[in-house]
Amino acid sequence: MSSTPTLAPQFEVVDRPLDTQMTISMGPQHPSTHGVLRLELVLDGEMVVKATPDIGYLHTGMEKLFEYKKYQQGIVITDRMDYLNPLGNNLAYVMAGERLLGLEIPERAQTIRVLFCELQRIASHLVWLGTHALDIGAMTVFFYCFREREKILNLIEAASGGRLTPSYFRIGGLMMDLPAGFENRCKQFLDDFPRAVDEFHTLLSGNRIFQRRTQGIGQISAEDAIDWGLSGPCLRGSGINLDIRRANPYCGYENYDFEIPTEPDGDVWARYMVRMREMKESHKITVQALGRLKPGPVKADAPKVVLPDREAMKSHMDALIHHFLIVAEGFDVPAGEVYHPIEASKGELGVYIKSDGGPKPSRVHVRGPSFVNLSALPVMAEGEMIADIVAIIGSLDVVLGEIDR
Amino acid sequence: MQSGPENNAPTPDTTASSANTPSPLVAALQQEHPEWISEVIVAFGETTFVVPREHIVDACAFLKSWSEGRFDFLADICGADRGPEEEPRFEVNYHLFSTTKFHRIRLKVLLNEEDTHVPSVTSVWRTANWHERETFDLFGVIFDGHPDLRRILLPDDWQGHALRKDFPLRGYEPYSLK
Repeated sequence: MSSTPTLAPQFEVVDRPLDTQMTISMGPQHPSTHGVLRLELVLDGEMVVKATPDIGYLHTGMEKLFEYKKYQQGIVITDRMDYLNPLGNNLAYVMAGERLLGLEIPERAQTIRVLFCELQRIASHLVWLGTHALDIGAMTVFFYCFREREKILNLIEAASGGRLTPSYFRIGGLMMDLPAGFENRCKQFLDDFPRAVDEFHTLLSGNRIFQRRTQGIGQISAEDAIDWGLSGPCLRGSGINLDIRRANPYCGYENYDFEIPTEPDGDVWARYMVRMREMKESHKITVQALGRLKPGPVKADAPKVVLPDREAMKSHMDALIHHFLIVAEGFDVPAGEVYHPIEASKGELGVYIKSDGGPKPSRVHVRGPSFVNLSALPVMAEGEMIADIVAIIGSLDVVLGEIDR
Repeated sequence: MQSGPENNAPTPDTTASSANTPSPLVAALQQEHPEWISEVIVAFGETTFVVPREHIVDACAFLKSWSEGRFDFLADICGADRGPEEEPRFEVNYHLFSTTKFHRIRLKVLLNEEDTHVPSVTSVWRTANWHERETFDLFGVIFDGHPDLRRILLPDDWQGHALRKDFPLRGYEPYSLK
């Protein structure tokens, strides 16, 4: 190349002796940007004047891919969006499909879905807590968090065979019933877990350094939070008592006894406290769900949509035919469109499916909570110190797999 | 193969869910501003208003502060392509939510292929910023009045709009910065 490359205007060297502002690029390889987030920061000394998130480094065209896959194949794609909360993604997707099909899901399947979603929420919050503390400089917490998360992943593995990408929920119910002895293993974990949360509190909550790094940092008011579309713990950290599990209940959440933790301050500390308290609430729901497990079917009575049992296929001709047709041709979904929101670990996860009547969706759109929460980062970051940026990103709990999709 | 899954798909459930907008609200809105609503679709427990695009900002601003509905939360904006042979070809869906009454509603704007301009609702909700950028990036819908309408997921010099039905799933040209 003989000609000199032209620089983008923000990188041009301008001789302004009295101007102290400078632009730096943070990420996409920065360790505390949780993946491949890039921030364009305009700094005045150490103060952030302007922050512009730049996303798309992990864009994999998932929404395009959905249109070329049958409905049941799409479940596998959802695992890879928010990879810390795959069961939540499965749930939003399959429930949207079930609403189009008008399926009735058996009680046991609903209870197991609640059980796993709450376990997954705890696991997701544990990764958030570990990495958030690590960003701020507390390394020990990370190991304790991952010790507990490992136990949850073992439970998910026992039921579905997968740890990070379970694809356990299917349109019409579950992949299969729980394995023998699962209740006892789950109970063992649940008996120990509250002690672990107390342990995290002793490690962090009373730590003066952690408090100084988080209290009063990255504030966002309740009005701004709604205006920016924040949801989940970020919204509740600004004092708004809103949880989709209460507002638009699904899977029978209206029958569970739990609280919605809120904190009024809207800063990093408030979001930290909300998530810490949410782990205890999720534990409460999981205990209730485990107590409600009664024997029964885990798949809807819809032979044209739900794969038959392996055993039935060996003795029943029609089961074999259904299995062949569902796998080879898929099932037709009535034309129409639905938007199904659930409360994922990071906020409102909405799946929009538009069907034109065939075995493949015409359009699938995912409203990722991380995507929307990240868009509000400039409001929280501007006026703060550059070192606080990592604390703010950590408190938003973003997963780039879902943002870029 | 008489027993194919396509023969008798279960009938859709059209009963109202808790997320649905109650019909008195729909009737009240239709009476108050009939020019804003060209069609009301109630299906799968969801209410959709088809809004002419010139009224979308007024309708959103009204719904946001409307004392009976208070749809103060913009959950999502997403585009959809019905295919190159359809007319109108594009849809823009606005999913609204009330943080106090917990209702949901969908506004839909239909667009022809030659003229994909819609007024931006960033003046009503600031969260619309990124949603509109995404819809612009992937469908080529142009939001008039948007403060910063750039591509968001794909690189700035990307050619075409990836979620249009006539955009190929696979390509053989390696991507290079121009």
